[in-house]
Amino acid sequence: MARRRMRFTAGIIIVLAAVAFFAISGFQEGKAYYRTLEELEALGPAVTGQRLRVAGIVADSSVVREGAVVTFQLEQETRRLAVQYVGSQPIPDTFKDGVEAVVEGKRRPDGTFEADRIQAKCASKYEARYGGAKHASE
Amino acid sequence: MASLGNLSITLALTFAAYALFALFYGAAAGRREVTKSGEHAVYVVFFFVTLAVASLSVLLVRSDFSIEYVANYSNRDLNLFYKFAALWGGQEGSLLFWSWILTFYGAVAAWVNRRYPGKLVPYTLGVVSLTSAFFLVINKFAANPFDRLVMDHGPGLALAPFVPADGNGLNPLLQHPAMVIHPPLLYLGYVGFVVPFSFCLAALMTRDLGSGWIKMARRWTLTAWLFLGVGILLGGKWAYVELGWGGYWAWDPVENASLMPWLTGTAFLHSVIVQERRNMLKVWNVVLILTTYMLAIFGTFLTRSGLVSSVHAFAQSAIGNYFAVFLILMGGFAIYLVVTRRGYLKSEKQLDSWASREASFLLNNLILLAACFAVLWGTIFPMISELVQGEKITVGAPYFNRINIPIGLFLLFLTGVGPLLAWRKTSFASMKRIFLWPAAGALVVAVACVVGGIRSFYAALSFSLAALVTITIVSEFHRAGRARMRSTGENFLRALYTVTAINKRRYGGYIVHFGFVLLVIGFTGQAFTTEGWGEVNVGDRFTVGRYDFECLAVDETEDPNWVGLKATLAVNRNGRPLGTMYPEKRFYTASEQATSEVRIRTSLKEDLYVVFAGMSEGTSKAVIQVWINPLVTWVWIGGMVMALGTIVTILPNVKERRLERRKRELDRLLEATEPA
Repeated sequence: MARRRMRFTAGIIIVLAAVAFFAISGFQEGKAYYRTLEELEALGPAVTGQRLRVAGIVADSSVVREGAVVTFQLEQETRRLAVQYVGSQPIPDTFKDGVEAVVEGKRRPDGTFEADRIQAKCASKYEARYGGAKHASE
Repeated sequence: MASLGNLSITLALTFAAYALFALFYGAAAGRREVTKSGEHAVYVVFFFVTLAVASLSVLLVRSDFSIEYVANYSNRDLNLFYKFAALWGGQEGSLLFWSWILTFYGAVAAWVNRRYPGKLVPYTLGVVSLTSAFFLVINKFAANPFDRLVMDHGPGLALAPFVPADGNGLNPLLQHPAMVIHPPLLYLGYVGFVVPFSFCLAALMTRDLGSGWIKMARRWTLTAWLFLGVGILLGGKWAYVELGWGGYWAWDPVENASLMPWLTGTAFLHSVIVQERRNMLKVWNVVLILTTYMLAIFGTFLTRSGLVSSVHAFAQSAIGNYFAVFLILMGGFAIYLVVTRRGYLKSEKQLDSWASREASFLLNNLILLAACFAVLWGTIFPMISELVQGEKITVGAPYFNRINIPIGLFLLFLTGVGPLLAWRKTSFASMKRIFLWPAAGALVVAVACVVGGIRSFYAALSFSLAALVTITIVSEFHRAGRARMRSTGENFLRALYTVTAINKRRYGGYIVHFGFVLLVIGFTGQAFTTEGWGEVNVGDRFTVGRYDFECLAVDETEDPNWVGLKATLAVNRNGRPLGTMYPEKRFYTASEQATSEVRIRTSLKEDLYVVFAGMSEGTSKAVIQVWINPLVTWVWIGGMVMALGTIVTILPNVKERRLERRKRELDRLLEATEPA
């Protein structure tokens, strides 16, 4: 009885250990650090080579496409970051001037950013267009 | 119309509160007439929510832009079909829609079980009413779709009603047939778990933890699981044909949120068999079904609270707090019930051997929960790392793939082996007899993969396991069909049909498993994706893989809703012409948003996927991106086969139906003979 129980416990532990191994190795491969533009500036070359995730607003009329490569500027308050997008996926349809975008990739030694993933959020168009429009319950 | 909608929500909430009280009080006090009245209130709640949904539909169809929701998610030129879809295109509407499905399920559960004796059903409907009341509170106070649009004219001045000339329009990405049915199906899935959840809580509350609740919960779970699965699949299909990034699954938090309850639901559907057959894993089943519903709500909380960043941008709002409170209260109550009732959930039997059906179910459950936990961990890790380390760390697709590919393949292996093992213990001799041919088939495919030049270990393993499982399933059908043919003299096809009809659970299950095999084959195709791009003007050519493209034209296009650019490409494969493709980029004027109109050439072997990415600045040429995606079609086919198998499984067995009819007749006789 005790031996049988041990055999089951051992089997379960092996399965869970295998899962944990895959989780840890996948984590090392897939992790990316969230940084604000301010942090990125402060850390400077210290983060070169680290996988990073940076969010900001796409600066007005900064988007330029050259073939499959798209360059633009991300803004956060007064700071700006030059981004070159080299990923294989097309930039999302929601990506345009003034939207909030999240890029993932690496800081280059010259301080610009090389992104291979990009996400864009829909801007809340309504408030932008009608300025003071608010809602209230009846 | 808006006032009618508002009134309906208020009345629905009132009746839900009444139902809640009447059902619990009536059942606890043993007053049948009170629980009956509570059951009727459940129908009334559904009626009023239906009225509210109808009101919002009328407002959308009439383009009444004095209502903020209509102004936000519709516009005058929107196709009528999509005006209805705008019902679930935004936060407030989708939450009202959620309530509608929830109260519909409540009404169906009340109707189907109206003759079921005892306290279990009133308690179940009580829990459903509690959940309905919660959602109706949100509809009423936190995200009311009937709010009017008003303009703030500055400090000190009154808010004035405001009616814009036209609305903002439905997000053009949502203007796709798959997107119109994807959210309702997903909601039918998510919300459907409320019924088995309620059965489970009711069983715990009434201590009626026999096989009754499990039987009822199983069929409801299957239904919800079916809808959720098809919903997820359609979401993938939509992403594939509409978003234009060449794939169908990105491990986005919202996708993960829908996958998690599907995984625990799958685990429940398997472990429930162990309880029915061997009376084991009782606590486990209770925990699984409670977790499944909690995950469904948690997913909603996660995506609506703005806590995780996702491509599915919902407005960040205070809604999240409502969900958090609901989750904590319900979760706490569920844990309290499980702990206090644990004495009723003991099982006497234990596992005998690894080579048993029970053990394969145990592994299946373990691995499904591990997958669910890994997905959950990866999804909420940014929040956790920020709390613990003060640093926000995200994990991307590599993490999810690294862990879920081996888990998926192990599941595939279990799919082949588990159903053939005997309960308790399988002897070595019978293992040899059962698995000789499947194992040989797997080996042949593995060798063929290596010889054929497949370098990916996982891909080769996947194909060889697919062979193993397919052979076991085919031989199961073959064996049963032939036995029936011999004993009855039916022809083989007829015999196969009867065998399946008599034991729908078993053979429906095999069909689902076969669908899973096809699904995995489709996933495996991703190991062989080729991609490329070209910059073209009229007359330019480029090549990707075995395909070459010649640009014949780049034209401007127009419609009341959008303006666009369209490329005309002549496509050749290995020098043989395949026809022309027209990838297009559109700009929707009402919503000021661009969309890529992807063009896809589908075959069973591979998809050719062509996207108009944009115009290149320096050369003013069109940039065309191309993917060659092998075997993608098998994902959709596999999903459909799984759905079909599930439907077969849900339908009552011929035998069961006959028994039920006899039982009803007996009940009627007993009632007639009972002295008044």
